Amino acid sequence: MDLSAINPVLLIASLMVAATPLLLAAIGELIVEKAGVLNLGVEGMMIIGAIAGFAIAVETTSPMMGLLAAMVAGAVLSLLFAFLTQFALANQVASGLALTLFGLGLSALMGQSYVGIKPPAMATLDIPVLSDIPVLGPILFSHDPVLYIGIALTAAVWWFLKKSRGGLILRAVGESHDAAHALGYNVIRVRILAIMFGGACAGLGGAYISLIRVPQWTEGMTAGIGWIALALVVFASWKPWRVLLGAYLFGGINVLQLNLQAAGIAIPVEYLAMSPYLITILVLVIMSADKSGAPASLGRTFHASQ
Amino acid sequence: MTTPLLSIKGLTKAYPGVVANDDVSFDIGHNEVHALLGENGAGKSTLVKMIYGLVKPDSGTMTWNGQPFAPSEPKAARASGVAMVFQHFSLFDALSVAENVALGMENPPSMRDLARRIRRVSETYGLPLDPNRTVGDLSAGERQRVEIIRCLLQDPKLLIMDEPTSVLTPQEVDILFQTLNKLKAEGTSILYISHKLEEIRTLCDHATILRLGKNVGECVPAQTSARDMAEMMVGDTLQTPTRTTEKAGDVVLDVSGLTLEPSNPFGTTLKNIHFTVRAGEILGIGGVAGNGQDELLAALSGEALTWPDAIKVNGKDVANLGPNARRDLGILAAPEERLGHAAAPDLSLTENALLTGAIREGLSNKGFVNWSKTAEFADKIIKQFDVRTPGNHVAARALSGGNLQKFVIGREVLQRPEVLVVNQPTWGVDAAAAASIRQALLDLAAGGAAIVVISQDLDELMEISDRFGALNEGRMSDIRPAAGLTIDEIGLMMGGAHGMEVANVGDQQEGAGA
Repeated sequence: MDLSAINPVLLIASLMVAATPLLLAAIGELIVEKAGVLNLGVEGMMIIGAIAGFAIAVETTSPMMGLLAAMVAGAVLSLLFAFLTQFALANQVASGLALTLFGLGLSALMGQSYVGIKPPAMATLDIPVLSDIPVLGPILFSHDPVLYIGIALTAAVWWFLKKSRGGLILRAVGESHDAAHALGYNVIRVRILAIMFGGACAGLGGAYISLIRVPQWTEGMTAGIGWIALALVVFASWKPWRVLLGAYLFGGINVLQLNLQAAGIAIPVEYLAMSPYLITILVLVIMSADKSGAPASLGRTFHASQ
Repeated sequence: MTTPLLSIKGLTKAYPGVVANDDVSFDIGHNEVHALLGENGAGKSTLVKMIYGLVKPDSGTMTWNGQPFAPSEPKAARASGVAMVFQHFSLFDALSVAENVALGMENPPSMRDLARRIRRVSETYGLPLDPNRTVGDLSAGERQRVEIIRCLLQDPKLLIMDEPTSVLTPQEVDILFQTLNKLKAEGTSILYISHKLEEIRTLCDHATILRLGKNVGECVPAQTSARDMAEMMVGDTLQTPTRTTEKAGDVVLDVSGLTLEPSNPFGTTLKNIHFTVRAGEILGIGGVAGNGQDELLAALSGEALTWPDAIKVNGKDVANLGPNARRDLGILAAPEERLGHAAAPDLSLTENALLTGAIREGLSNKGFVNWSKTAEFADKIIKQFDVRTPGNHVAARALSGGNLQKFVIGREVLQRPEVLVVNQPTWGVDAAAAASIRQALLDLAAGGAAIVVISQDLDELMEISDRFGALNEGRMSDIRPAAGLTIDEIGLMMGGAHGMEVANVGDQQEGAGA
């Protein structure tokens, strides 16, 4: 065992990369749930985003086009969920599970001819001067742009929910759709927009895995990140900054355990592999003890006739 | 004659299977408090929803100051100057007072300005309120203030109030009426919906009475007796429950030192409650909703277990017995929430009869249900309590609220209880059915049962109870004989005007700071 092989600077830099897909998907789902909708299809939307982004990036040789396509694909798939739950008034849990299964299957089909191909590389955003600072430079200032978008998105979502009128209406719809309707707000429209935002975020998170983190296409490559994102939103008590914290914690332990595996530590690999899931959930459970509750209308079907 | 503020002509709205409003016409003048009176299901709510733009009428017209008025959505109605205080469904528990107010406005100012305006309006109208508090933590009276202030900030010409006093203590009702009179003096008209006749007589200038969706009469409330108005509302002569005074027997139910943590985070803790009920006696328990009523019922029915010796029946400690063991001893209960608590919504009436009747009526044997006997029991309830239903096979949720309430109360009364605990026995029930439920409770007491009636309807409690106590924040007031209690005394037992003291302290602090 050789722990000195682990470079802390690289470790922190790569934990941010490992956390970003989870962060993007969870921030999207947070908005969806704040509007009172429980979309369990995050995993499905991520994997569709992963293959759509990968395919478009390969065809156009532009990673940016790929990311854009991934967001569109995630949002389009989420529209299917929106139609089922908001117009056909289907059960949200069942529809979300179906969306995940559908997404996994469809992505495998779409991705058959892309296995083993290398996508065009995304340039890192080496900020001049700043990225040359020792230690801090590689950690904070030489990443790909999507990673910064993830952090900016967290801040934007926090501001939107806390300060803006739109955020207030979104929270009101999630809190009591009957009251929001009685005051004349269009519950269905707010929820559809929220669902599409969640889909776009999940799609972007998926494409981040296939285009930047790995980068290649394999079937089922999101490997449960969508499910972790769902749990993260709950245990983060629907608070954006806690989602960021939880995502970085998960990413950090994941990177650390991979490093420990490589260093040949005398703990069975299986225990190391499960540690990020266990520790992240444990920490967030302890943090969510303050009982700041779920949106009161979460998962309930709204119908305008009373 | 001057143009009325709002004139309604021939409004009709039909839903599948029921005509909610049938050719309703009336006028609301300027500076007028107009009462809209009717039983539950008479079509009052549908009518005001049409005025507020939530529901579109099938036919008929409205004119506003002489102009045609057909709001397509609440926004349009609000723009014309209509504001509405809802009975349910319009506050968001997890949001602050200011956020709740902002949601009801078209162009809210910044949160800081809004908080200042809320403070100013609340002081002007004597409705103290802190804009930063979370609505979920407020008392019912304070929550209503939030709704009223939300309306007042829009300078309404017409303020619609849907059953505003059903959740208030008498002192809070006084404050509300002062506010409404002040508004009227400033030129706001008020459409006041209620079925509380004495209130309407003191407050309203004019009344329109609805029955089964039709306009059945108009009157000047101050010149019409409450009884006449009630009979117009019901369309029938009213039977007042009669009671035969019996000498109370031995103590049957003895509650001493009952303390109970609530089962859900928004519940109320019961704190050291003492009372006794004798055979043949009705104890009425009042109090504003959410002061421990549900928890008290749970403790008495056996849904929540308590410390040993807290509850004794005929000298036997029952505190750690569950509901079925208590039913076996003759302790029965009918909770407030009909669908989901008192009755299983998707089960038939027969199955619902089995759920609480199995033990005392011997409806099951070695785990097998005797369905024919159960159906007989259900039919007996339906017949004796005049439950309007096609038969005992109908699902509980298909019954109207009042009919299901009759079934739920009848199911317990017919099991010959020794102790019966009911919560809100006539909630949402029309006057005639309410009278028959009250009569059944009086008859049961006359037969020697000890009865605890928990209710928010003070008139009901004064009508049927022998002694009266009130719950306030989980504590029980002194228990006093019901006869001779004044409405002021009752109000003080219920805790007076909630939050007034707190608010006054706040005012002084602000004054000191300025």
